[in-house]
Amino acid sequence: MKKLVLFIPLVLFLGMGVFLYQGLFLNPQKLDSALEGKPVPAFQLERLETPGEMLSEADLKGEVSLINVWATWCPACKYEHPYLMMLARKNILPIYGVNYRDERAPAIRELSREGDPYTINIFDKDGRLGLDLGVYGAPESFIVDHNGIIRFRYAGPIDRNVWSETLFPMIQQLQAEAKQDGV
Amino acid sequence: MKTLKILVGLMASLLLAFNVMATPVDTYEFKSADNQKRALNLAHSLRCPQCQNQNLIDSNSPVAQDLRLEVYTMVDDGKSDDQIVDFMTSRYGDFVLYKPRLDPKTYILWIGPFVLMLIALYVALVVVRKQRGKEANVEQELSDTDRDDLAALLASKQQRDEK
Repeated sequence: MKKLVLFIPLVLFLGMGVFLYQGLFLNPQKLDSALEGKPVPAFQLERLETPGEMLSEADLKGEVSLINVWATWCPACKYEHPYLMMLARKNILPIYGVNYRDERAPAIRELSREGDPYTINIFDKDGRLGLDLGVYGAPESFIVDHNGIIRFRYAGPIDRNVWSETLFPMIQQLQAEAKQDGV
Repeated sequence: MKTLKILVGLMASLLLAFNVMATPVDTYEFKSADNQKRALNLAHSLRCPQCQNQNLIDSNSPVAQDLRLEVYTMVDDGKSDDQIVDFMTSRYGDFVLYKPRLDPKTYILWIGPFVLMLIALYVALVVVRKQRGKEANVEQELSDTDRDDLAALLASKQQRDEK
């Protein structure tokens, strides 16, 4: 019994070793979103294509949707753009684009040249909506349920892996929930 | 002499040039000096979500600039420190706080060191007690039967020596 006590430091050391070893593989860039479980923040912003036409959070409500924050100055957004186009063609869910801290003309030009995967384009010139969404870099995507509650935030470009492993299963589940609620 | 003048002139213009270097945010004018002090303190205590090992003042990322400006304007609007911190954490999470809040999730952070210290003190106490106990035992063992044996041994040795 007394001998066993001598092993306590070794056990403690091993425990800490395992704990710290796991820490090596955590991604410090991956932050929990403070907005998961909260409604889409209220906003009053112009439609990208038509200055003066105001949009608000009410325009995004009703079905399970994906809010995608992008900008023309963001290379990773260009990388994910073709995948978003493909998703839009499949017509799985509406994708709402938030054009974040950008200029109107280049943004419109980009969409007409590369294709427009967005059901609605919101023009967030000053990054106000981005700030309320807790965006710290583009691209970021939010899965919103049919009640307008943010259920998941993904920071970084959407590609096939992220879509099929994380986003799509979650969207399917939320769409099933929406059906149960009879929407 | 002429070159010296030119040199001095160059240096002066360089000095001035450094003063001109300022981002739009940093030219923000506070309503009062107190506000400025409070806002800068706050911004120092908040972490930039983009460049994670810098605070809002140190970082030059667009997000940090936005948030810095937000802190400045909120201070000037008369918002309290708690309100501003809540504003930040409700968007970017507790992550933005350099000094974590005391809540169930962070108890281990705040209380852990003291618990460890108590454990260490307890262990040290136990070890010292044991050591002391051992010393006392050694003396006692000598004083009982060992002393008799020793006396007998010494006596027999003396007898042998006398022979």
